[in-house]
Amino acid sequence: MHEPNGTTADISLLAVLPLILLLFITLAYLSAAYRQRPATGGWSGWRTGFFIAGSLLLGVAFAPPIMAWAHHDLRLHVVQHLLIGMLAPLAWVLSAPVTLLLRTLPPRTSRHVVMVLRSRPVRTISHPLSALLLNIGGMYLLYLTPLYAATLQHPALHHWMHLHFLVAGYLFCWSILAGPDAAPHAPGMRFRLGVLFVSMATHAILGKLMYGYLWPRGTGHDVEEIQAAAQLMYYGGDLAEVLLAIVLFTMWLRTSPSHRSALTPYQPEPPPVTKEDMPTPRSPRHRWSKRLP
Amino acid sequence: MATPPPVTSPRRSLWYAVLVGAGVMAGIDEILFHQILQWHHFFDHATPAVGILSDGLLHAAELLAIVAGFFLLTDLARRRQLAVSWAWAGVFLGMGGFQLFDGIVNHKLLRIHQIRYGVDLLVYDLTWNLSALVLLGVGIWLYRRASRLERK
Repeated sequence: MHEPNGTTADISLLAVLPLILLLFITLAYLSAAYRQRPATGGWSGWRTGFFIAGSLLLGVAFAPPIMAWAHHDLRLHVVQHLLIGMLAPLAWVLSAPVTLLLRTLPPRTSRHVVMVLRSRPVRTISHPLSALLLNIGGMYLLYLTPLYAATLQHPALHHWMHLHFLVAGYLFCWSILAGPDAAPHAPGMRFRLGVLFVSMATHAILGKLMYGYLWPRGTGHDVEEIQAAAQLMYYGGDLAEVLLAIVLFTMWLRTSPSHRSALTPYQPEPPPVTKEDMPTPRSPRHRWSKRLP
Repeated sequence: MATPPPVTSPRRSLWYAVLVGAGVMAGIDEILFHQILQWHHFFDHATPAVGILSDGLLHAAELLAIVAGFFLLTDLARRRQLAVSWAWAGVFLGMGGFQLFDGIVNHKLLRIHQIRYGVDLLVYDLTWNLSALVLLGVGIWLYRRASRLERK
């Protein structure tokens, strides 16, 4: 019932491009995981499973019929956004792709990659606050300005938007979880929880603003459609961010009690102990240098 | 810090359970009044800007409270420091406290939304806040029971 009115040329080539890239990246991950077998104990089946799950979610979101439909229906766009920007990145982060990359590459190249990962620009951009700004700030910019309407007109901008969702979502999930890929410079658990809190609140506020003031404007969507989409964004965002919180706390609970940063200061100890306690166990150099052959 | 003494921690048990209780009550309100009865409106144009802002903050706090409270209680139980009677008191104090806060601050002071639209609100507001007081009463009774048990 929604006939895409774009030219057939950009449907055929540009529309399949993300799927081809996705297939390529997934095969690269799988072959790297397979090649880990003879080495130290192999690669975790769970991590591989998470990567495949993330790829499948992305595959659904990038499927040409869904893409064409989401172009016309804001509700489907929100679902697509949820898959690309929240759920798939979470699954990919849990698959520890950087650790796998470092184990797969030859030692010298691997060392260069570590140097890049430790560099100031990467550290800055993967800080929870900048990841939050990229993620939620990008959403405010997209939905509360004419930018969203523009992405419907220009295919390149449209792809750029999806890429931004994916990258910003990945950075955000990784910066909040600070694992399983080593995140040497990540701030403590309480700070990350605080950033997650701000993210949840701003997400909820955006959903309400879109519902109440009927953003994004200039797209020709009717009132009911925008309001349904805004509610989907509100509850879908809740779902994704509660999932992220559950994963964060599960990872926290799985670390041994002596290394676990106490969220509230322990009675026998004076409060400063917890603060000192936090940076030392995940001192950066050790974790990464251990991974290098 | 290495091996905490196997003594229960009443204060933590109470407060972590308060988090869970408040989060659960918020969840019940959300599911019952927004989704099932559809009495509450998702957005009320009479809400002032500060109401929308605080609504978002509160919503995030509720969601995180329930997850954090649950995991903190689990952590406490694993350390064998969970005091169950205090935790139950905390759950009810949290539920009642949240309900009262929702009824007074959210509905009346910030005017985020009303309980129901197109009806005489007084009865609804009274019922809402009385139910909060009942929950708080149960919480206070459990609290006193827990401290009596403690003294034995």
